Amino acid sequence: MDMDTALLLSILAATVQSGTPILYATLGEMFTERSGVLNLGVEGMMIVGAFTAFLATHITGNPWAGVLAAGLCGGGLSLLHGVVCLIFQGNQVVSGLALTILGLGLADFLGTPYVGITTTGFQAFAVPVLADIPVLGAIFFRHDAMVYLSYLLPPLFWLFMARTRPGLALRAAGEHPAAASAAGLSPVRIRWCGIFTGGFLAGLGGAYLSLAYTHLWTNNMTSGRGWIAVALVIFAFWRPGRAVFGAYLFGGVMALQLRLQAMGANLPSSLMLMLPYALTVLVLLASSARGGGRAAPAALGVNIEPEE
Amino acid sequence: MFLPRVVKRQEPLQWGSFFIFAAALVVSLGVSCALLAVHGKPPLKALAVLWSGGFGGPFALEDTLLKSIPIFLCSLGVAVSFRMQVWNIGAEGQFALGAVGATWAVLAFPGLPMWAMMPVMFLCAAIAGGLWAAVPAVLRLRFGMNEIISTLMFNYIGILFLQFLVYGAWKDPTSFGFPMTPIFPKAALIGPIAPATLGRVHWGLAVCVGVAVLLAVFLKRTRLGFELLAGGENPRAARYARMPYNLLVLLVMTLCGALAGFAGCIETSATVNRLQPSIMVGYGYTAIVVAWLSRLRVGSIACFAFLLAGLRVGVEHLQLDLQVPAAFGGILEGMILLSVLAGQFFDRYRFTLKGRS
Repeated sequence: MDMDTALLLSILAATVQSGTPILYATLGEMFTERSGVLNLGVEGMMIVGAFTAFLATHITGNPWAGVLAAGLCGGGLSLLHGVVCLIFQGNQVVSGLALTILGLGLADFLGTPYVGITTTGFQAFAVPVLADIPVLGAIFFRHDAMVYLSYLLPPLFWLFMARTRPGLALRAAGEHPAAASAAGLSPVRIRWCGIFTGGFLAGLGGAYLSLAYTHLWTNNMTSGRGWIAVALVIFAFWRPGRAVFGAYLFGGVMALQLRLQAMGANLPSSLMLMLPYALTVLVLLASSARGGGRAAPAALGVNIEPEE
Repeated sequence: MFLPRVVKRQEPLQWGSFFIFAAALVVSLGVSCALLAVHGKPPLKALAVLWSGGFGGPFALEDTLLKSIPIFLCSLGVAVSFRMQVWNIGAEGQFALGAVGATWAVLAFPGLPMWAMMPVMFLCAAIAGGLWAAVPAVLRLRFGMNEIISTLMFNYIGILFLQFLVYGAWKDPTSFGFPMTPIFPKAALIGPIAPATLGRVHWGLAVCVGVAVLLAVFLKRTRLGFELLAGGENPRAARYARMPYNLLVLLVMTLCGALAGFAGCIETSATVNRLQPSIMVGYGYTAIVVAWLSRLRVGSIACFAFLLAGLRVGVEHLQLDLQVPAAFGGILEGMILLSVLAGQFFDRYRFTLKGRS
């Protein structure tokens, strides 16, 4: 294998790695939105997940405990959004923003004593047989356990939505809660599940950042990935397959950006750091121009008023 | 059954927003103090420091007033946008671009006398901030692009653009490598109003008063302003009433950008006297909290801007006196916003124990 191919393969492998946290968060937000709730707090839930994953791993020494803690804390934070929107009928946009402000504050506040401390986290291992496939093996099957876990999620997501009764109920709560209610379902209860699952997955996305992408805790380590996930849900037209494509697209840009910086490219770092944000605008523009917003669940962002 | 039931109110709760805010503040302070206790800090002492740092005494009030100037200017525009259901959360980036615009004016025409420098600076800040807000507005109107994400991405890009300039082309050669422009010439510095009586309070306050009066007159006395107040909340109804909805959105977003740009200009010129990245401390996000709390009442915006500025100053004192991390401010603001959102439920609904009639 010559140098250029090796470099290309390593960038593509890094693409999968950088895309994984965004994939978790995007699928989580997509799940929440399919139930009819817009939760803009992804960035906040992700950073709280990143911190609790680090902390739990730091204490127990077991990264899976970190993953569980991240999911539960991300989900726990999302329940605040549920309290505000499902019980108290608060505005979903503003509540999500508040959740982001709160989450960033919480993680930064509680995490201050731990900044820069490293932890064990996940290590990469080659999957037997699959890792030996030429090209694909090097790109997809020499990662850590959380990457492999993320491969299972999009198909599971699709199966759940398209082929199961609870998936149908979830979509009904997002498309037409009154009809769901008339069919004997409880759209409010379904939305609670949607919110918690989304928060859980956003927490896992954060956990990936502190346990696998890096092995340490720093403030602001999500740096806008939660918002990119919110944009990708629109870009993906609320379908899991396109979410994979979108997440790896951003993973690719981030991997390239790191690689260029490492090779000492003569570009100011502030311009390089702009790339993912500028790409978000472009990608969203492209999907909006194609009428992407019309694919949204019909009752997205609309609260279910309490019955008199 | 004697379970409480939810009933819609016929009239909004009297003095509702006051009670709701008071309750929300108590809840938020309670939760925040519990977190402080977890962190091993004395919660009651922290509350005392928070109060005395932000509001106790003339020096504290002066600090708070100074901080409330940029927050107030950003909040005005955000409040008008929110009223129209335009979720412009880009005040932070528009603030950055305003600072960049004003600095460009100073660097391009360093020899101008003050009477010319000030208008040019403010004009450039308003144009830069306004354009930075107009682009997401056009993208939304033309392509239906979600303005929440575009304005937020424009925040990241705007702040990085500011850094790009002060780390590169605009860096002061004599700053020993620190990312900052040279200090502005005297003609470009917004000075104190009356140093003897008002201390460091500068003419930026007069700009706030002027803008506030103009906006209040616009909302109360012009047709466009009335349409904004009356029909802004429902775009479909607004279109039925033959309101120029698209034009209004563009106008409101640009206005918001221009006002945030003013704030950036004032902060650069009056507070730090040069452009440096440290001016970006999140006033644009605090403005979101203020705008939602006060809806579209200019007086309430001023009050809440002052209050949240005081909390910010208080948190700075917590940092100095008790080594509490600065992020404590974010927790407070997030909690206040969440609990106000929950509390506003009682503006529209009440619980009753009576059975069904």
